[in-house]
Amino acid sequence: MALSFQLGNTFGPTDEVWSVSRLTHMVKRLVEGEMMPLWIRGEVVQFKAWPGSGHWYFNLRDRNCQVRCCMWSRDVPRRATPPKDGTEVFVLGQPVIYEAKGEFQLKVTRIIPTAEVGAAQQELERVRVLLQQDGLFDVARKRPIPKLASTVAVVTSVAGAALHDIITVVRTRWPCCRLLVVNARVQGDGASAALVSALRLVNRIPDVELCILGRGGGGREDLAAFNTEAVCRALAAVGVPTISAVGHETDISLTDLVADLRAATPSAAAEQAVADRREVLRQVADLAARLAHGLASRSRLADERLARTADRLHAGMDAALQRERHRLDRLGAQLDALSPLRVLDRGYAVPRDADGRVLKRVADFAPGSSFHLRVADGDVPARVEPA
Amino acid sequence: MTSIADELARLEEIVRKLEADDIELDAALALFEEGVARLRVARERLVAAELKVQVVLDQAGGDLRYTDLDG
Repeated sequence: MALSFQLGNTFGPTDEVWSVSRLTHMVKRLVEGEMMPLWIRGEVVQFKAWPGSGHWYFNLRDRNCQVRCCMWSRDVPRRATPPKDGTEVFVLGQPVIYEAKGEFQLKVTRIIPTAEVGAAQQELERVRVLLQQDGLFDVARKRPIPKLASTVAVVTSVAGAALHDIITVVRTRWPCCRLLVVNARVQGDGASAALVSALRLVNRIPDVELCILGRGGGGREDLAAFNTEAVCRALAAVGVPTISAVGHETDISLTDLVADLRAATPSAAAEQAVADRREVLRQVADLAARLAHGLASRSRLADERLARTADRLHAGMDAALQRERHRLDRLGAQLDALSPLRVLDRGYAVPRDADGRVLKRVADFAPGSSFHLRVADGDVPARVEPA
Repeated sequence: MTSIADELARLEEIVRKLEADDIELDAALALFEEGVARLRVARERLVAAELKVQVVLDQAGGDLRYTDLDG
């Protein structure tokens, strides 16, 4: 394969001849399509800041190689000091092909002298160890987040995108609360002190139930204030549960470790801070159903108890009636025994005159008069013998 | 004004009591009435809620001042 390729070249152009543009374009697509922005370490040489545009141009080199670098003025931080030649730096850059010159370049968006990173890293580690020793990262310290808070404090810059994101999410999910914004510088000189006094102020606001500390993404040095010992200790001293949301998903600051909850972004912080109103409405509907059901089963229970009571009442009355019936029967029997008719049964007879008066003495029987004899099964007409 | 969290907590308590067997009918009816009233309040507050955003400022005298934030 390699051999035939070489032979082909030896005998002149093939049918397919590429233009320079096509080649350059192809290489550009390959390089820029395949490679993401990278952190590269190297030494700055031939640095030049373009006076009119403010763009920075320099080469980055190591022992064997070097690469052309350009940094557009929009990416150059304000008041940034241009690196002197020979400075060792980290740059964040996207490999690009500058087609007009057929040049491979690095489009740089961040540049940090390695010495600064070293010092910052050492300070970060010092604070981290200190806070850890004091137990500020302990899981046992973490407080639960009250999801139905009525008053939520937000410590951030009123001008920042973080606040806008938090407001948007809270307005959608949980508009039932009051958001109290405590403004603070979140980067640059004085940010640490501003954050400390803002966090202290949160402790003086009545009714606050939750505190969100946040800022949007930024460079490592932009997030520096959130790694200072003072800010971490002030956050730990906040009397209500705290959420730290600093930077992008990948950034972790020391305040993230101190807070009761770490959120990846300010939007995520807002989502984790408050409940979804629709969810709570469903919960209310569920409570309503349980309430109705509770009463229904409660009154069914009462019904059953009432029925049981009535049954007992009936049973009691039945017994009483039975007792009365027996008594009546007994009385009836006694009455029966006293009845004169029972005497007639035994063969006695009762004489009565036409008016029904009982004839008890001889004088009652006038000679020749007629009377009735009442016997057990009826009356017998009778007459006194004439004298 | 009680918080929505407190309202819901009380409602939860009412429902649990109603669901328990050892409650007199009179007490159950009273709880039910309270529950219905609280449910109505909670629902109205949830539906009608409008987010309030304020900036808190520390005044010179140590007082706090609240100013509404637009947007």
